[in-house]
Amino acid sequence: MVHIGNVLNGLGTKRFGLSFVALALILALVFWLRPNVASYNGLRLLLNLSPVLVFTALAQMFIMTAGDIDLGIGTFVGLVDCIVAGLLNDQPALALAMLVACPIAYGLMGALIHWRQLPSIVVTLGASFVWLGLALMVLPLPGGTVPAALTGLVRLHPPFAPMPIVLAVIPMVIAHLILNKMSYGVVLRGIGGSLAAVERAGRSTLRARMILYVMAGICGLCAGLCLAATTTTGDANVGRGLTLVSIGAVIIGGGEFVGGIVSPIGTVFGALIMQLSGSLLSFASVPPAWQYSIQGAILLVILALRVLPGRRRPA
Amino acid sequence: MTTESGGREADAASLLSLRGISKSFGPVEALKSVDLDLRRGELLGLIGHNGAGKSTLMNVLMGVVLPDGGTFTLDGKAIEGANHPAKAHALGIRCVFQELSLCPNLSAIENTLMIHPSLGGVGWEMRAGKLIAGVLAEIFPGNRIDVRRPIADLLIGERQMIEIGRAFAESDAPAKIVILDEPTSSLDSTAAEQLLTYLRRAAAQGRACILITHKLNEVLRHTQRIVVMKDARVVADVPASGLSRDRLFELMGAVARAETAPAGASYRGARRIQFTSQGETPALHVDAGEVVGLAGLAGHGQKEILRRIYRAARTRKDKGCSVSGAAAYVSGDRQREGIFPLWSIALNITLASMRKLAHSGFIGAAEEAGLAEGWRQKIGIRSSSARQPILALSGGNRQKALVARAFATDSEIILFDDPTRGVDIGTKRELYDQIRAATSVGRSFLWYTTENDELFLCDRVYVFHEQKVVDVVERVELTEERLIRASFSG
Repeated sequence: MVHIGNVLNGLGTKRFGLSFVALALILALVFWLRPNVASYNGLRLLLNLSPVLVFTALAQMFIMTAGDIDLGIGTFVGLVDCIVAGLLNDQPALALAMLVACPIAYGLMGALIHWRQLPSIVVTLGASFVWLGLALMVLPLPGGTVPAALTGLVRLHPPFAPMPIVLAVIPMVIAHLILNKMSYGVVLRGIGGSLAAVERAGRSTLRARMILYVMAGICGLCAGLCLAATTTTGDANVGRGLTLVSIGAVIIGGGEFVGGIVSPIGTVFGALIMQLSGSLLSFASVPPAWQYSIQGAILLVILALRVLPGRRRPA
Repeated sequence: MTTESGGREADAASLLSLRGISKSFGPVEALKSVDLDLRRGELLGLIGHNGAGKSTLMNVLMGVVLPDGGTFTLDGKAIEGANHPAKAHALGIRCVFQELSLCPNLSAIENTLMIHPSLGGVGWEMRAGKLIAGVLAEIFPGNRIDVRRPIADLLIGERQMIEIGRAFAESDAPAKIVILDEPTSSLDSTAAEQLLTYLRRAAAQGRACILITHKLNEVLRHTQRIVVMKDARVVADVPASGLSRDRLFELMGAVARAETAPAGASYRGARRIQFTSQGETPALHVDAGEVVGLAGLAGHGQKEILRRIYRAARTRKDKGCSVSGAAAYVSGDRQREGIFPLWSIALNITLASMRKLAHSGFIGAAEEAGLAEGWRQKIGIRSSSARQPILALSGGNRQKALVARAFATDSEIILFDDPTRGVDIGTKRELYDQIRAATSVGRSFLWYTTENDELFLCDRVYVFHEQKVVDVVERVELTEERLIRASFSG
């Protein structure tokens, strides 16, 4: 019989501990307010849009692993959405080529930031307008058609868990394996901790940064695919709100802006928390006018709790 | 400039041979035609003032810096072309840097994997864990380092030990030559002793080690040969046996001077700090004009006492510790707790004195500049002006700036947290003079140091063990043996 105190203690020492507890609490409240949600279909509908945020948050997490920040991930996701909705049906070859080019472009962006020692916040901000412009060129007005194969994918009913949960757990596990279990993950996290130390150790910091950016690009690609599949239309402007929410998800999950300290598990939990806090307020019949403010307050409370002892640092 | 060399002829037996190595950074000549030999099984001491070229020489060996000229022969084979840290590692050259080069967010195990990529693959955590734990146990028996915790959570002494262990660990390429730059600067006396003993053992096993240090006792007691650098050149290359500290000073260009404790304070005033005694533990107290030392193994409560006194001086809420007067704190961990790297020397010096300089909420620019420049000259910081960025200063001068910051505040109590870490002997002497001058006008010093020599400059020493004071020694009764015995008592 596992003692609850030990479990809480164990959670307290993990980076994602707080986000796990917060998510459990939010889910408990949701189930209490709407018992019907605690079912296969209920969860599927509740978490319908979460894969987009999960992948976007993971993309942001990979960038923050390097100690950088990505202000363009939202519009990047919108770009992918538009390529899928606007081009994939009519010009599949061109669309596929562009989709493959997307993560590569992210990698090149990372190389530029490294090579010229540019602040990532400026480069990605500029890139955000490039992605938006490209998206508008591909799909000037919302619409388009998403191939049935893709929309069918998110409508699948896997036996054990609803598709949105599968689409949250699989990338979480993969990201965790890459960063924390693979030996090269040490170098990836190291460049965020101390670029000079990694260089002195004789490892290529350029390669590590590019790999992180490419992985972020791949996550952004997946996010765009999920977005297109779930909404079945394309819209260049849909991605804009995602960027700041993705940053919030990483931070709630225990990540930090500098130092290469991130938690893949916590990031996914953070994304789900961001997603569910809005639903929770709806179920609690909070007037829509108040929802944004209270959602923000919930997030502030969770972040304030992070300051509580959990990371012990000797003097 | 005559050089005293011994054994330069035996080139064939040399493991490493440098001839005519030169390096300039713009107009500054960091190395001028340096010759150096290193034999197998040798522990070589490399000494010299800050800026003499030791670090540059080390960077050349490590492949971080490419020399402008000269030859580099290892094991009889000439090494040419672009040098690179990974290549140096493969050749068997390892380095322990002064400013630590570990990633703070990674654990000791992960930092070990960083320079030993061959440990990678499935099961890397166990392999790297066994390697680093084994090496640490070999060099520092009895250490309690948690190799799974992020480096940022560990004490500076533990971080240094991990850095040293990492360099000596062998995965694929053997460590033939290990260069250590000020390795004992952050270690307490026990760990330092363990390291130096290990270095002699490693030399006996056939490795060659270069020990770069400001602690002359270390080179005199443990090394076989000493190379002295001055102004980018090697000025002496002599066997260590039979040498004295004074002779070393002469070779370095410093005037030999007996290291004596102050004859007696000319000012002994009111009680500044008084702890309430708890049972048999002698209560700590400090009077005006006194220099009180805190000794004992690192991490046994000295830092905590300093912090407690600092807080008590500010808030006056500590019932067990009464402090009269203001306190200023000088940290030896200047990277983490001291300098503001983006600012100028002047701002770094005047930072703690802002309240003093402010009139109706505004700071007088002329007054601030005057304060900074005044202390810069008084403490002897080597730079053209106080407006220069602080990073332009050498480590020793940066530490001087931190001490100036404390002095500039006019605080009656100055708390020293191992302030002479990694500082050369010349700078240390100047700091000791400053301390002496300050006590004569009534300032009190509470001085935690990991260098036992410095305790002999204190009027009274409290030895700590397991967060408690276990011995109080007046200067006249102070011996190294008593210090060590008390440090281990329990």
